[in-house]
Amino acid sequence: MAIQGIGKVRAHQTQNEGLVFEKSSPGKRGYKLPPLDVPSVDASALLGEAHRENPALLPELSEIEIIRHFTRLSTWNYAIDLGMYPLGSCTMKYNPRVNEFVARIDGLADAHPYRPEELAQGILEVVDLLQRCLIEITGMDAITLQPAAGAHGEFTGILLVRAWHESRGNARKKILIPDSAHGTNPATAAICGYAVENLKSNADGGIDLEALERQVDEETAALMLTNPSTIGVFESQIHRIADILHAKGALLYMDGANMNALVGKARPGDFGVDVMHLNLHKTFSTPHGGGGPGSGPVACKAFLEPFLPTPVLVRRGSNASQASGELHWEYNRPQSVGRVRGFYGNVGMFIRALAYILANGPDGLRQTTEDAVLNANYIRKKLEDVFDLPYKTASMHEVVFSDKRQAALGVKTGDIAKRLIDYGFHPYTVSFPMIVHGAMMIEPTESESLEELDLFVEAMRSIAREVEETPEVVKSAPHSTRVSRLDEVAAARKPILRWKG
Amino acid sequence: MRYLPKSPAEREQMLAEIGAASIDDLFEVIPAEYRFSRDLDVPRQQAESEIINYFRAAGAKNATDYASFLGAGAYRHYRPVIIDSLVQRGEFLTSYTPYQAEITQGTLQAIFEFQTMIAELTGMDVANASMYDGSTGAAEAVLMAMRVTGRHKAVVASSVHPEYREVLHTYLQHREMATALIGYDAKTGRVDLAALDAAVTDETAAVLVQSPNFFGVIEDIPAIAEIAHKKGALLIVSIAEAVSLGAVRAPVEADIVSMEAQSFGVALSYGGPFCGVIAAKEQYLRQMPGRLVGQTVDKDGNRGFVLTLSTREQHIRREKATSNICTNQALVALMATIFLTVYGKEGIRELAEHNLAKADYAAKALSAQPGAKLLFSGAPKFHEFVLQTEEAPATWSKRLLDEKIVGGIELSRWYPELGNATLWCATEVVTREQIDAAAKVLAAVPVGA
Repeated sequence: MAIQGIGKVRAHQTQNEGLVFEKSSPGKRGYKLPPLDVPSVDASALLGEAHRENPALLPELSEIEIIRHFTRLSTWNYAIDLGMYPLGSCTMKYNPRVNEFVARIDGLADAHPYRPEELAQGILEVVDLLQRCLIEITGMDAITLQPAAGAHGEFTGILLVRAWHESRGNARKKILIPDSAHGTNPATAAICGYAVENLKSNADGGIDLEALERQVDEETAALMLTNPSTIGVFESQIHRIADILHAKGALLYMDGANMNALVGKARPGDFGVDVMHLNLHKTFSTPHGGGGPGSGPVACKAFLEPFLPTPVLVRRGSNASQASGELHWEYNRPQSVGRVRGFYGNVGMFIRALAYILANGPDGLRQTTEDAVLNANYIRKKLEDVFDLPYKTASMHEVVFSDKRQAALGVKTGDIAKRLIDYGFHPYTVSFPMIVHGAMMIEPTESESLEELDLFVEAMRSIAREVEETPEVVKSAPHSTRVSRLDEVAAARKPILRWKG
Repeated sequence: MRYLPKSPAEREQMLAEIGAASIDDLFEVIPAEYRFSRDLDVPRQQAESEIINYFRAAGAKNATDYASFLGAGAYRHYRPVIIDSLVQRGEFLTSYTPYQAEITQGTLQAIFEFQTMIAELTGMDVANASMYDGSTGAAEAVLMAMRVTGRHKAVVASSVHPEYREVLHTYLQHREMATALIGYDAKTGRVDLAALDAAVTDETAAVLVQSPNFFGVIEDIPAIAEIAHKKGALLIVSIAEAVSLGAVRAPVEADIVSMEAQSFGVALSYGGPFCGVIAAKEQYLRQMPGRLVGQTVDKDGNRGFVLTLSTREQHIRREKATSNICTNQALVALMATIFLTVYGKEGIRELAEHNLAKADYAAKALSAQPGAKLLFSGAPKFHEFVLQTEEAPATWSKRLLDEKIVGGIELSRWYPELGNATLWCATEVVTREQIDAAAKVLAAVPVGA
């Protein structure tokens, strides 16, 4: 169904491309090894029974075919580089290319994790500077960069909570989690050996202080709180929340997924948070790469520092505050929760995040946050007359509408999302948070120009009209893609998870 | 700020349309006492050229012109140029997790190809879309075995990478999951089969071994599998050096394989991002952690791919999920997929054989020096070997560094019983000249010693 009068897209051809295995022919080569400068060996004789007799059926292609294969696949993806990607809670911001460039610099990209520390001072300086920047940005006292992603950071943070409680004689039994939380929060609490207790949100979508007061007891280890919340609202009672927890000896964990609303404007360490994680792949511009790699640093207050995973980066010498002593990894940490990952974390992401911080400086970081909040509020203002806004509380970096008005006409949030694809946009986050029925969660980030925002608004308003005039068009979208409405039920019923020829 | 696409006038216009007098109005929801009013104490805003200069200086400070014999879970292999050309295409680099299948078929098909290649290489039926790394993958594999068997004990070989074992301990500490550590045979460096046999009981959920193990020795997987299976335990094989699978038989007797795929075209990058992956027999599929891509058809019958079996995952199951993993290592898995396509069926074998040849030459050259001997010579190895020296490693490694060579890593921090033992690695990028130079330094006992 062609779209008339909308400025974002026009159809163009995409190339068909089979699976890489279907393009293979025996004898083709995409590689050439240099001649061996040592005597060759008889692998079969050397390895005996351990020798591989049946080669893995990997594809055999020439280099041009490999380039075309993956380039053609790439053209089937939507990406930030193509346009607005308003996935709420995912912070799909611009991924600066200088980040990619510096992460590949000689001496950084090829540094072996076990190289002697005296030969690794350059990369350790990078790690140290990023740590100091993130501590300043969060207002916390100490940090570990080891966790590989946000959920891994949550795991690490809750381990710190548990270790601290244990050091005081009682690990406690439960973690409170608001019903608006990301699914990773309860999954994390469970793997750390805690029972999950649900905390109902109040009429504003925030923490219900009375319920909190009732539910926090001597067996509560912590509250896992996302702030701003998943509906994009700042918990204005945050310090009361911290006080209620602390009065019962419980801790406040902050899921930093929405930190893009706060950098340079407010610091979790100042409003009572004890421990939190950051997502470098959200707030600090490292690329999502189709699902990773991420990086999930965990920052904490000083009383939790002894429990941080090993090793911890420290500076040698008597005057540690001076940036002169050699950096080294400290392993002797008797109270540590232990390692959460091999080596030191996703260091390549540290380099990118630091490049982002340097490119911004204090003024740029603040302006970034302001623009992210400005963009979300602009969208809210421009769409609130056509879409239901379940929570009227002031929005920060994202706005959550519901499909209430459209669902009454038989069109759901998922349909509207699919129709957005025809208009040249990636859908918003669908059906999350769960406290909003038929949620449409929109996070524009700071990376969108006024022109792109207006195109998005125009698209959403046009879809709202279609819902009233030609709902079938919306319900059967997308119409412009290579494939449409894939059969997910069949995929799960009889899973085909690999090519078999 | 050069990343922000708005003019001051546009900001004013937007504020006016919102009905806000200034940007501060939008932050009034934050109680005044928590509003941050000063500049963050971070370096000032820098030009692109300054950023590049900063990181170039950091790289140079790291000393780049050293020959290296380091391995131990992070391996230096040649990375074909097209890997970075392709993964830096914005459509791959700046795309999210492929939840919206219609506009992420590129990522989805590439992951499907990755899953197929990993299953082929490991001899398993299915593989997932990736895990953080080899260490967390091994820990998740043990938890998976626990769910499959309903048992709560694990038997772990001491020759599994020490850092993997530390991570496993961290993951299991609040799960009431006891682990027993099994030593290695002093002659071969392989798992002590008699001790393993004695340790595996009807309560054992999993036996975890690594092959090639931390000493570079290839384990007798069929024998270990027999011991595990006769008591109903699952065998998990951890593979830290994925290139070994070009020459070493796949651990087909395993139930779960946890692999670190860094060797497939992923830069060392001081230890990450790497690429873990879990592969398994099909019957254990529903207990697997992490994302899976499956093939299906669309409404017109076209072949397409979707994320599937997500009822295992945290965003659906919350506290009952198989794992809390969400973001994985997708772009790194794409690097591995491209690497495996470049080398292909013949290339991966040839590459593995080059590694065998280099390590064989290096092991002979170094162990021929006075006071040096090769440990665990009684078992097959891939490209790592343990050298024991009369002279303390601290002494000769200093001499090696003077010659711009980083020698093998000292094992005493993890295996004090091995004395002056060091673990050396020689991949295809190590040259004969470098090996000969290292041997010469090793031989030159300093004056007065």
